[in-house]
Amino acid sequence: MKAVYTKPESLKDTVNSYCPGCGHGLVHRLIAEVIDELNVREKTIGIAPVGCAVYAYDYFNFDVAEAPHGRPPAVATAIKRCLPDRIVFTYQGDGDLASIGTNEIIHAANRGENITVIFINNANYGMTGGQMAPTTLPGMKTTTTPKGRDVAVAGYPMRVSELLSTLEGAAYIERVTLIDPASVVKAKKAIKKAFLNQIDHYGFSFVEVLSPCPVNWGLKPLEALTFIKEKMMPYFKLGVIKDKTAGLKKPGAG
Amino acid sequence: MNKEKCLISGNEAIAEAAIIAGCRFYAGYPITPQNQIPEYMSWRMPEVNGVFLQAESELAAINMVFGASMTGTRAMTSSSSPGISLKQEGISYMAGCELPGVIVNIQRGGPGLGNIQGSQADYFQATKGGGHGDYRMPVLAPATIPEAAELMMAAFDYADFYRTPVMLLSDGILGQMMEAVEFKEYKPVKKLEKKDWILDGAQNRAPRSIFSLMTAPGALEKHNWKLLEKFNKMEKEVLSETYLAEDAEILVCAYGIMGRIGKAAVQMARKEGIKAGLFRPITLWPFDKAAAAGHGKKAKKVLVVEQNLGQMVEDIRLAVEDNKKVFFHGRPGGGVASKEDIFEKIKGLVK
Repeated sequence: MKAVYTKPESLKDTVNSYCPGCGHGLVHRLIAEVIDELNVREKTIGIAPVGCAVYAYDYFNFDVAEAPHGRPPAVATAIKRCLPDRIVFTYQGDGDLASIGTNEIIHAANRGENITVIFINNANYGMTGGQMAPTTLPGMKTTTTPKGRDVAVAGYPMRVSELLSTLEGAAYIERVTLIDPASVVKAKKAIKKAFLNQIDHYGFSFVEVLSPCPVNWGLKPLEALTFIKEKMMPYFKLGVIKDKTAGLKKPGAG
Repeated sequence: MNKEKCLISGNEAIAEAAIIAGCRFYAGYPITPQNQIPEYMSWRMPEVNGVFLQAESELAAINMVFGASMTGTRAMTSSSSPGISLKQEGISYMAGCELPGVIVNIQRGGPGLGNIQGSQADYFQATKGGGHGDYRMPVLAPATIPEAAELMMAAFDYADFYRTPVMLLSDGILGQMMEAVEFKEYKPVKKLEKKDWILDGAQNRAPRSIFSLMTAPGALEKHNWKLLEKFNKMEKEVLSETYLAEDAEILVCAYGIMGRIGKAAVQMARKEGIKAGLFRPITLWPFDKAAAAGHGKKAKKVLVVEQNLGQMVEDIRLAVEDNKKVFFHGRPGGGVASKEDIFEKIKGLVK
């Protein structure tokens, strides 16, 4: 019998620590499929964040470094500069990237570092138990906004993709989600492009994934997908936010 | 760089020595009085196909060193006191992940923003931890610019050999002053093995990971015990200088630039017939307790001189084990004790 669906070589055959209905496992798989398809597993170095994905080195079947909270873009910058022919990506959540690591992500983008960034936006701090993140929606209840996020006190949700799109160094930025098979296919396409851009030397490529966190949202997995569609997507609009690579000739040899 | 004798500032000599030792990655952030290091590296690194990065912050700079080190590249950063406080995060992670790297601190006055004068106020921070967690870090303190160049090269060897961050602890005076230096050919002070732990892509080998989070029951404790074994080996790498200490009745203890001034004060005392001597630790951690104890216990009185309110004096007291005979003279906030000041203190102790 022909196998039509197997575990990608870039994923280890192990159990992960993610909650039921969480988006991380799915995004890990999409990244692993892309790395397999591009045949770059043996030259890939991933940078894991602090947060739910901190154990990514246990799941990915290639070299992985763990960075201090928020610093993956600085770590990735150095690795890529020292080994320019390797494929370097960071995998970061919204606490890591949009809060404690805003400085590092902005400057890595602004320098036009030729790296790929996968940004998981699930509107809360997952690993520490569901506190408010910069991406938490107005009125959304978290363990540190028990009455809902009051924008007068805690400010507004940060649209990181739009923020980074103003920087000349950023080559490609797209926001995707995982709410149905069609959106998962689109997410994979964006992730693949973000890696291809690096191979083609286009520079800084960034994919934001609106990702479900049913446990901390207090919702069932399917309800979490509806929450993304009805609450998150109106605020965080899907689509290509910036693409400097469109219509350009490839700048260098892959 | 001309290998013959040249007149060069301490900061530039440190940068050139790093290049000679094979350092090929530098990330830093401007702060006085160490700016000549990033400025020198900005043109010198490209000459040797190395990487120079002006980072967006001290935090980013140390985390870039953390990343570069993972690839097996000899990497360094430099800063001055307030910036070194920011680097403590990365230093702790490097210690936890067992990553080599060299951090240069051209100390200035503190606390807070302090001033930009030379200082020795960061002794505690450098030698007693600085960052969080149970770790030790070798700290090398030069007294002259030729010695700074020599120790800078050795710092990379200690870092690679023990897979640890190493600090070169200097100060604004040594950083800014100029001196004649003859750069020596680089010869490793340790036998170095090929780095078989680096991240460079899992080609024809199993994937590797570098991390410091160990939440499995007992895993971190096991790692801590393993680190202790390494720290115990590192603790044997003591370096110190003694000068006329054998028959000294007054033993002056000072490190770095104060060690140099202290030596001049000892010479003044000897001319006056006072049996003074000097103990100058070169590694501040590990601390040469045996030498400090040996000479300190023999002497009638011990005078510790520092550019701070009294920090190394605690290590001297622990070694000498006789608080009544250990005296301290310090100038904080960028103040500098002259050789005459120290000589007066020596004379006072003789009475």
